[in-house]
Amino acid sequence: MMVLLGIAIIVAGFLLRFHPLLVILASAIVTGLAAGLDPLAILAAFGKAFNEARYVSIIWIVLPVVGLLEAHGLQERARGLIATMRGATVGRFLTFYLILRQMLAAVGLTSVAGHPQTVRPLVAPIAEAAAETQAGELDEDAREEIKAWAAATDNVGLFFGEDIFLAIGSILLIKGLLEQYGISLEPFQLSVWAIPTAIAALLIHGFRLWRLDKRLARIRAERAP
Amino acid sequence: MITLHWVYALAGAVFAAFALLGVADRGNPRRWTTAAFWALLATSMWAGDALGDLGNGVLVLGLVALGALGLGRGDGGVPAEVRQARADRFGNRLFAIALIIPVTALAGTFLFKAAPGWFDPKQATLIALALGVLIAMTAGCLWLRAGASVPLQQGRRLMDCVGWAAILPQMLASLGAVFALAGVGDVVGAIVQQAIPQGSLIGAVIAYGLGMALFTMVMGNAFAAFPVMTAAIGIPLLIRTYHGDPAIVCAIGMLAGFCGTLLTPMAANFNLVPAALLELKDKHGVIKRQVGTAVPLLIVNIALIYWLAFP
Repeated sequence: MMVLLGIAIIVAGFLLRFHPLLVILASAIVTGLAAGLDPLAILAAFGKAFNEARYVSIIWIVLPVVGLLEAHGLQERARGLIATMRGATVGRFLTFYLILRQMLAAVGLTSVAGHPQTVRPLVAPIAEAAAETQAGELDEDAREEIKAWAAATDNVGLFFGEDIFLAIGSILLIKGLLEQYGISLEPFQLSVWAIPTAIAALLIHGFRLWRLDKRLARIRAERAP
Repeated sequence: MITLHWVYALAGAVFAAFALLGVADRGNPRRWTTAAFWALLATSMWAGDALGDLGNGVLVLGLVALGALGLGRGDGGVPAEVRQARADRFGNRLFAIALIIPVTALAGTFLFKAAPGWFDPKQATLIALALGVLIAMTAGCLWLRAGASVPLQQGRRLMDCVGWAAILPQMLASLGAVFALAGVGDVVGAIVQQAIPQGSLIGAVIAYGLGMALFTMVMGNAFAAFPVMTAAIGIPLLIRTYHGDPAIVCAIGMLAGFCGTLLTPMAANFNLVPAALLELKDKHGVIKRQVGTAVPLLIVNIALIYWLAFP
């Protein structure tokens, strides 16, 4: 039971808004000590895992390209492009991106799009520009909300597309675990059951994006003289 | 053969450049801690395998100490009027360069697998992504007539916006490893098992789906929750006692966990890092936009298991 103290520290730390890096370290130390591990062994286990997880930080190498393009007007150009498209709304655009992201993930191309490589340079500025053509000039909070919608849409598309792919990590994890219990399945038998949820995710998130469009239209109507 | 280590070498070089340019950035009031932070990360990329487990642990302590001391961000942004003038001048060329990275990643994933002797096929996408970055950077500098230092300077500016949040995903993954070592999952599984109402199929299905989402929220990762919840409820109750279809129970159970991922700051790379990257004031802004999708979808997943898995 004592090992659950680490979880309590994590939850409390995030709620009280302590520095997350310190909270994580404190949780690791407390959990390790509660399990009777030697402090140096905890540090070594943490260091080993940190080194093995380096690949998740590789993604930052795209920032120089994003920065170069932003300095040369990428976001402004995205706005200009949206302004020339009639009928382009933030809801329609993000729904299009949601479907694209789900389809790419469903064929195993999960790293092709993502927050640094597509959301920051392209999806978020286009969404922002579309929202502005819908509702007029946006205040800072509304701008933030639209950007958050862009990031959220990327996540939903990725999560509920990728399990349709046969060779993704989660499918292999399920297969491996079931084999330990003497249940043998082909990845295909698992991945087909990700399809109903993928459709439900598209419908639910798509509906919310449609409502976002309605809300922006109302803002415009209220502003009209 | 080109493996992930080449990509680590490139990433190390990029972080080292961020560190060097950061030292020179007098607009950043905390330029020394900021630069030292990126320098340590460059060291991790370059020498992580040589440092040993304890050495890497000490490196992490350094990163945490610097992050807690506080990183700053400098200036170097281009004024809006200049950006607008450049946008008018370069036009859609900017999109073409932006698309080089995803297109190269896409093409490389297929092509590299066809040449397994040259590229590590297991890491094809990440290697292709790195190659896409190099191509896009070269094409961008030539086409936009920018000096080679411009992308690195601008990249450093964006990296400073992200700050210490950049290593949160790696830190949380490491915490997960310590949790696994300490047997946290088994304890949680035992507790959940006791919380299930006896003899109720729907109760067991709800406990499994909800348990997957909640434990994923705590661990930030459905992969950590899945073996625990499936061993505690999925296999003994849903599959053995109630004869549920294992493929349906497990496949949709995992997706119930993904609903939890949308709701937690512990899934830093999906929820906190994008907020930093998009420079949102509200760190939890992305999570807030996801609640309205994740909660109904969790209910759908639980209903799907109940309807589909038990004939």
